[in-house]
Amino acid sequence: MATTSTAPAEQNTAPHKKAHMLDVTGLQKIYPGQHGEVEALRDLTFHLGDGELACLVGPSGCGKTTLLKCIAGLMRPTGGTVELAGTSVTGPPPDMAVVFQEYGRSLFPWLRVRQNVELPLKEKRLPAKRRRELSDEALDAVGLLKSAEAYPWQLSGGMQQRVAIARAIAYEPRVLLMDEPFAAVDAQTRADLEDLIRTLWKRFSMTVLFVTHDIDEAVYLGQRVLVMSSSPTVIQDDVSIDLAGERDQISTRGEHRFAELRTRIYAEIRNASQSGTAQAQEAGKD
Amino acid sequence: MSAATTTARTAGGAGRTATRALHILLLPVVLIGVWWVASLVSGLYYLPTPGEIAATFVEVWGSERLLEDVLPSVGRLFGGFALAAVLGVGLGVVLGLSARLRALLEPVLEFFRAIPPPVLVPLLMLFVGVSTTMKLLVIVSGCIWPILLNTIEGVRAVDPVLVDTCRCYGIRGRRWLTTLVLRSASPQIMAGMRQGLSIAIILMVISEMFASSSGLGYTIIQFQRTFAIPEMWSGILLLGLLGFLLSLVFGLVERKVLSWYNGTRAAARGE
Repeated sequence: MATTSTAPAEQNTAPHKKAHMLDVTGLQKIYPGQHGEVEALRDLTFHLGDGELACLVGPSGCGKTTLLKCIAGLMRPTGGTVELAGTSVTGPPPDMAVVFQEYGRSLFPWLRVRQNVELPLKEKRLPAKRRRELSDEALDAVGLLKSAEAYPWQLSGGMQQRVAIARAIAYEPRVLLMDEPFAAVDAQTRADLEDLIRTLWKRFSMTVLFVTHDIDEAVYLGQRVLVMSSSPTVIQDDVSIDLAGERDQISTRGEHRFAELRTRIYAEIRNASQSGTAQAQEAGKD
Repeated sequence: MSAATTTARTAGGAGRTATRALHILLLPVVLIGVWWVASLVSGLYYLPTPGEIAATFVEVWGSERLLEDVLPSVGRLFGGFALAAVLGVGLGVVLGLSARLRALLEPVLEFFRAIPPPVLVPLLMLFVGVSTTMKLLVIVSGCIWPILLNTIEGVRAVDPVLVDTCRCYGIRGRRWLTTLVLRSASPQIMAGMRQGLSIAIILMVISEMFASSSGLGYTIIQFQRTFAIPEMWSGILLLGLLGFLLSLVFGLVERKVLSWYNGTRAAARGE
């Protein structure tokens, strides 16, 4: 239940035109290492409005997972802040759900599909009837109501990831974080899951931050695409995706505008990784 | 499906069951046969025939001995094993979760583990006397180690993605312990318990061989001292059967508890 959204806006520290759901400000993460410190994230600032669907792309090794873990409250940033609906994130916030890339390892293999979905709801102390309603709705939404009594390892990879998505939805989060969730599934399943995410996002009106290394996927899914530079990482660009709201795997991807956006982001990422390589080579000469 | 193919399949199934039974029974039958021949040919007093042992077995263990010696022994076996399981898993979870505590306690644990439990019998006799407590302590002191060490390894190997999943969804406290930690570690815990169980049987017998007046171990030693040779053999046979039966029951429990684990592994192999 979105009780805080009814709270007066002046409670927010900074008055914004649009209600901000997620504020990432000056985020920095430095890992201590044996050969000196490694600066994974330098200075990341971006804001997500309530109900937005944004994708985050960047070259490999640019710290996408680090950023996501900082936002999810699983990792402490070295500097900067993360705020969820105006509240500072210091640990995993109760209004946030995460879908991990390793679907096979994020589901409990000793629990059935429905038990996996309902486990976080038990911790929320929801009564059995309500848990059942939520898990029914979530499993139905991802098309797995028939597999509710199966074990995760009896399902295909794509279906397992659907279970993880159902668990996230049933949790009724205000923000859904997804860390390259479709990187390990085949192309056809991936296309289906992308459409599923768009459908669920509209139906459950959540704010979604979707991390991916796939530019096409980012353009196809997002209202916005945030482009990350190579490490040490900053937000290099913030591209608004002005494609129609109703998207279709064949026609949308065939649109001229889709190709333009894709080319633009692709060029930026290539520049980012080339400058990154050049920096690394220079550092190697020293 | 025609009736003919169904019959053929059933016949094939029955044939396979018969072949399997043959595979299982062949070696035991051959061994008993060899023993029988050896016993008859040698005529040794210390080597009675299997027939003689079987007859004595019914006579000796069918009597009140079953209640007076066997059941108390088995009771202590279960008691000691259960105590070791609770202590081993409990301590193992604590040590598995805390690297600092592990570093502190590991050298001491290695030392205690190196002491052969039977040498504790004389010591414990001095401290707690010849009692059930002493026998339980001997069993615990031996079979706790594989359970403890395997639990530590199992708890340390909990998947970090599942740990993050639990943190994200606020799963903590008792539910975190039972749903995440214990279930994750259950394959290793079961492996440790299996080893612990066979050690427990050995120590049950040993704890009764010293200064005891009842129990399986005591009875077997007593038969040997009084030259009741077929009776002694029947006691050894009973211990063998007991171990076999316990292992069978343990296997059934294990298959139930670890069905998810076996399923996951089968799925990973692509079945």
